[in-house]
Amino acid sequence: MTNWTLALPEIVLAVLGLGILLVGVLRKQDSTLLCTMFTLGALLITALLVLTRSTGFAFHGQMVKDAFSGFNQILILSGAALSIILALDWNRAQGIARFEFPVLILFSSVGMMVMAAASNLMTLYLGLELQSLALYVLAAFARDDLRSSEAGLKYFVLSGLASGLLLYGISLVYGFSGTMDLMALRDLLAHPANATAGLVVGIVFVLVGLAFKVSAVPFHMWTPDVYEGAPTPVTVFFSTAPKVAAMALLLRVMGTSFASLVGAWQLLVIIVSIASMILGALAAIGQSNIKRLMAYSSIGHMGYALIGLAVGTAAGVRGTLVYMVIYVFMTAGAFGCILAMRRQGKAVEQVSDLSGLASNDPFMAMAMAVFMFSLAGIPLMSGFFAKLYIFLASVQAGLWTLAIIGVLTSVVSAFYYIRVVKVMYFDPAGERFDPRPASLTVVVAATGLFTAFFFLFPAPIVAAAQSAAGVLFH
Amino acid sequence: MMAVGLGHYLTVSAILLVLGIFGIFLNRKNIIIILMSIELILLAVNLNFVAFSAALNDMAGQVMAMLVLTVAAAEAAIGLAIVVIYFRNRGSIQVEDVNLMKG
Repeated sequence: MTNWTLALPEIVLAVLGLGILLVGVLRKQDSTLLCTMFTLGALLITALLVLTRSTGFAFHGQMVKDAFSGFNQILILSGAALSIILALDWNRAQGIARFEFPVLILFSSVGMMVMAAASNLMTLYLGLELQSLALYVLAAFARDDLRSSEAGLKYFVLSGLASGLLLYGISLVYGFSGTMDLMALRDLLAHPANATAGLVVGIVFVLVGLAFKVSAVPFHMWTPDVYEGAPTPVTVFFSTAPKVAAMALLLRVMGTSFASLVGAWQLLVIIVSIASMILGALAAIGQSNIKRLMAYSSIGHMGYALIGLAVGTAAGVRGTLVYMVIYVFMTAGAFGCILAMRRQGKAVEQVSDLSGLASNDPFMAMAMAVFMFSLAGIPLMSGFFAKLYIFLASVQAGLWTLAIIGVLTSVVSAFYYIRVVKVMYFDPAGERFDPRPASLTVVVAATGLFTAFFFLFPAPIVAAAQSAAGVLFH
Repeated sequence: MMAVGLGHYLTVSAILLVLGIFGIFLNRKNIIIILMSIELILLAVNLNFVAFSAALNDMAGQVMAMLVLTVAAAEAAIGLAIVVIYFRNRGSIQVEDVNLMKG
């Protein structure tokens, strides 16, 4: 029994993607808008298919559908849809509106959905590569812009290296255990005698490869350059969906297959998490480019999210999943504001360009302030609750160091988030920005409301994260 | 005459992996060499998979090796395309010239 119907969402999305590509190629006139709308429709159909899923293993245990994969897939699809909506008008204004853009995001999403549903190291690798291949092209999408092509080149080289290391780890795990199936690995490693040195080395390589994908220190070198160089809508995509997919992989691989070897990898994850939090807090202080600032901010946030993995309990994984949901929406919103920063048809991206925004455009200044407070973790914003769940889990598990360092780095990072608010509200007003397109306003308003009023209705998201985390710890 | 065993294959593959990694980080000349280094890493992995597959008497490793070959081809195509557009914009593919963004 191959049970292929369980993989229906991925299959449907891939086939629709091919269809949209055909439409774009065969139509004589410009079909950017048409393809964008079709892609959004395809993502919506896929999301509905994911929501009406049944659970189980497909393709002889190659893929698994459960609450955990469903949770992450919905989040990945939301991130992709938000980036496509934000990209439409920006790409047109920038002169890079091509119908391939939504299609590439779609194929990358297929790869990420496969990653979230992988139940075998083989599936994991193929999903990861499908995602990466599309991301390489996206980073270099503004092909006449030197910075974009340099971003693509850097991402390609470093991501290729990380894939190679991950693959080497997979080969060692396979060689020293005899299987690539995640469930079989878990059963095998339940006996400590099976945890040979070669296997542990393999696990470390796998961890390194995945840490690169979530841009955790010390594998973060590519993040600031790629975030700065890539076209901003691509940066939005980079900072949302791929992070969710890579974090889902980390949780699934470490949390199920290698869970009994927690002693071997827990310290590594703790070190990576602490280093990411500290670097995210300190390195962003000196940044004047807001995209670069957001890059360091995302490194720091991945450090917080990794605490949940380091804790290694159901509460920790639940905290990480809630963190990812909140992170995706507040980051997408903050980038929505950054995308609105255009003067005389040119995109500007310095923090100082925001000066006096409160008097020029109160709505955008208010929204940006909400996102900055939330990223900083100021109470009642969603970002505060994200950190709260994570820190609670780590305190319950007795990992006080992580919680204390987390709180301290939050305080330090509040400095540069609040500096942005200060520039907007207290500096002399600069030239006005160009009028922003309606799509930006809608996305910023929606994510802003979610970020500001998350505290009124956290229950559904926390409950969904709870049941998703429960799958890994039954 | 010593028989060639699993250990020998793993040693060669580990040497190829290290060569590939050093090729990326120590190479200060040409981006094409970096692409070759990435291919070298993937081939080292393939050698590992095939050697393990033979030693374990299990087909999964060889299936994986075929998949890795396919992915490596796609990756090389995209990598070369990116190098081409980079060359068009910059007029050079020297590693030391890839320095527009820093800090």
